Amino acid sequence: MSENTKIKTLDQVVVRFSGDSGDGMQLAGNIFSTISATVGNGISTFPDYPADIRAPQGTLTGVSGFQVHIGTNKVLTPGDKCDVLVAMNPAALKTQYKFCTPSTVIIIDSDSFKENDLKKALFTTLDPFEELGIKNEAVSAPIAEICKEALKDSGLDFKSIIRCKNMFALGLVCWLFDRKLSLAEDMIRMKFAKKQEIADANIKVLNAGYDYGHNTHASTTTRYRIESTGIKEKGLYMDIDGNKATSYGFIAAAEKAGLKLYLGSYPITPATDVLHELSKHKSLGVVTVQAEDEIAGCASAVGAAFAGALAVTSTSGPGVCLKSEAMNLAVMTELPLVVLNVQRGGPSTGMPTKSEQTDLLQALYGRNGESPMPVIAAASPTDCFDAAFSAAKIALEHMTPVVLLTDGFIANGSAAWKLPDISKYPSIKPPYVTSDMEGKWTPFKRNEETGVRYWALPGTKGFMHRIGGLEKSNETGVISTEPENHDLMTRLRQAKVDKIANSIPLQEVEGDPDADLLVVGWGGTYGHLSDAVGQMNKNGKKVALAHFKYINPLPKNTETLLRKYKRIVVAEQNLGQLAAYLRIKIEGIHFYQFNQVKGQPFVTSELVSAFTKIMEE
Amino acid sequence: MENIEYTAKDYKIGQPRWCPGCGDHAFLASLHKAMAELGVPPHEIAVISGIGCSSRLPYYMNTYGMHTIHGRAAAIATGVKIANQNLTIWQISGDGDGLAIGGNHFIHAVRRNIDLNMVLLNNKIYGLTKGQYSPTSERGFVSKSSPYGTIEDPFHPAELCFGARGRFFARCVAVDASGCVEVLTSAAKYKGASVVEVLQNCIIFNNGTYDLVATAQGRTKNAIYLEHGKPMLFGENKEFGLMQEGFGLKVVKLGENGITEKDILVHDAHCEDNTLQLKLASMEGPDFPIALGVIRSVEAPTYNESVYSQIEDVKGKKHYSNFNELLLTNDTWEVK
Repeated sequence: MSENTKIKTLDQVVVRFSGDSGDGMQLAGNIFSTISATVGNGISTFPDYPADIRAPQGTLTGVSGFQVHIGTNKVLTPGDKCDVLVAMNPAALKTQYKFCTPSTVIIIDSDSFKENDLKKALFTTLDPFEELGIKNEAVSAPIAEICKEALKDSGLDFKSIIRCKNMFALGLVCWLFDRKLSLAEDMIRMKFAKKQEIADANIKVLNAGYDYGHNTHASTTTRYRIESTGIKEKGLYMDIDGNKATSYGFIAAAEKAGLKLYLGSYPITPATDVLHELSKHKSLGVVTVQAEDEIAGCASAVGAAFAGALAVTSTSGPGVCLKSEAMNLAVMTELPLVVLNVQRGGPSTGMPTKSEQTDLLQALYGRNGESPMPVIAAASPTDCFDAAFSAAKIALEHMTPVVLLTDGFIANGSAAWKLPDISKYPSIKPPYVTSDMEGKWTPFKRNEETGVRYWALPGTKGFMHRIGGLEKSNETGVISTEPENHDLMTRLRQAKVDKIANSIPLQEVEGDPDADLLVVGWGGTYGHLSDAVGQMNKNGKKVALAHFKYINPLPKNTETLLRKYKRIVVAEQNLGQLAAYLRIKIEGIHFYQFNQVKGQPFVTSELVSAFTKIMEE
Repeated sequence: MENIEYTAKDYKIGQPRWCPGCGDHAFLASLHKAMAELGVPPHEIAVISGIGCSSRLPYYMNTYGMHTIHGRAAAIATGVKIANQNLTIWQISGDGDGLAIGGNHFIHAVRRNIDLNMVLLNNKIYGLTKGQYSPTSERGFVSKSSPYGTIEDPFHPAELCFGARGRFFARCVAVDASGCVEVLTSAAKYKGASVVEVLQNCIIFNNGTYDLVATAQGRTKNAIYLEHGKPMLFGENKEFGLMQEGFGLKVVKLGENGITEKDILVHDAHCEDNTLQLKLASMEGPDFPIALGVIRSVEAPTYNESVYSQIEDVKGKKHYSNFNELLLTNDTWEVK
């Protein structure tokens, strides 16, 4: 290593890989985050895909980004701004520069910054740095040329050679952050297990990138090291994204309940990976049906629930619109069903690849009739596992459809996850009919304490019955339009959901126990809100965070808890849906609001300044 | 297994509330009889319907049942069958439920060949909403929503079924008990999506739509009962028959122009190629007899069986069979 390159130890660092959507930036970012996690760093990732399937090469709309935040300790967000930006072409530089600070190191492929490339990205001069007013330290490497040189004897065609460019960038970043290449090499070998020559080529270029940094000390003055002295619990860890964690939660719940897992689904961004993931695990008996439409995905799941499966349907907002009628059938028939909504930008088709929290009121109220449905929201990629497990448990034990809300940000983002010990998770015991009930049982006989009806599975002798979407008599289970009965049944269905509050944990608060300001959040914004509150606490500000996972019903202590604080701000990625809901549920509290609907994650620094402003009012 | 003989009564419950004279009454009685004949225990049967007059049917079956939402019966029945393929599933829909609002689910259930008995009670009218035209109503049909006649052509259920690569199609007349029982038992025994079109009169809003075949005498003249392996003969004394002519069919009289029984087409329900079966299913009066009975019945893998055979196949190949083992298929690292 060069004498004049010093190694600086940092607590955390953010690297943003960006390039054309065909440049393999997601893979480079993924490998970098995984090898960092492997050496014990905390990680959080955020893939930022373009909306176009494959925009014209080199254009501004085709830029794909992958941000990795690594830290000594636990990392909660992918970070606001980056310390290193890899920009594989001018379009990436132009669109991603906004994520830089004055001290960000920018790595570019000089072979992709020729006149023609600059034109595609709508630059008007030949100096993009000058044109954008960028004064940052830059590493400009002729990546394409080096790839060609390194692979000239590989026998690969030009296209395959150029595809290895991302590994050069990865190698260079590995050098910059003092990462061992052997871990990256292992991952590349696994990724291209069936294509030996491709794996070899990628590894060669990876090393070329590392050596380039080493030999030229990459024109930078500093290398960094992120210590991994983390306070992490001992045990086995893996890197997991939210959609995979959600899928795993369902698999674990089905195993706990001793039921078949049935997924009825229709592909939709950003939920499709749940269908992909669950479809892999046939050896666990998981049944996935790619239905003809969203409606059939949900309707077939209702059928599977009737027949005795743990039934799940997965989708995103527009799909929920279509499923609503079948969801209501599950409300009326009181069958267990989990409806997963991986939220995205709306309304209508909206912004499929972008994330927001705008479907909360749809989940709570978006159906005809009085239609109470429990709503659970996952807080982070790894929390998706617990949230999915919990949603399934509530559905099965309380005989109700449950909405599980995640969002594109946590669904695609990943973090290090300690492998759960499933034997320590609670059991799941659906309220099956017992043989002593034969002859006395009717479909809407309820457990007096929980208000839950008993489940008689088709195939069971002596419990033949008919249920359906029409209102039924509480006593006999036959069709009824009696006014008093309908009023009663409406209240019984509501009470059953309300009583779930007895089975969920009390709401906790983190941060300063004597806070002047309570930040209230829900769902996928946990990382940013927790970071913001933590930073403010460090600076002596009396702030706390109540982050809600159970939204319907709310935890039993919600009202008492909220009334303790002088000021409360509800921060969410919509125009105030949780705030509106809390106003319905709890009268007489003034809720400040912090709302952003940009399709992008919150920025911690913006949260800090907004909360500080409220405190100073 | 217990060896119990069931009677129609074992499958009966409740008091039907259809209009007096509605074809649903007759069909329901035939379904009870067919079930008794098949002998499947009531608790191993699930009857799934959508919305419409005929979709009330599960309430009159002493089996498991679900009266669901408009158009979705086939999708819901699909989920029931996949979750428990030991159940015998009857999916009951009308022409609106099955072919209009539920048309997508109908064609896809048929395409997948999932083992459902898909009964389509076709009265060519919307009865429950009191008299609007349906997707099987003829062009020009006058109804409350088409006071000057419809300006659209109808679906022929058989064409839709065949177009979706259906392997089983049969037809019966609701008031023809023996014909119904015959067709329903065949449908139940067939492994796969068996579509049964039931020609059914709506006495209130579309009375007389199947007058040609409403009586036994009418059926003798205007219908032909197709049986696999038997010559296609019809008429009071089986004096008429069907022959192929060019790309089409023609009705001939035995003895005329030297035609004998040997010249008459023999029905082949098992023929993979559905060309002639479609021609038979498409015949309309008064020039042609309406085809009744099992028109097409071709064996093919069922979706539900394939679901489980694939699971078994994968189980044999993968080395993990529970959640803990699944976790360890990932790249992991240890924090010590």
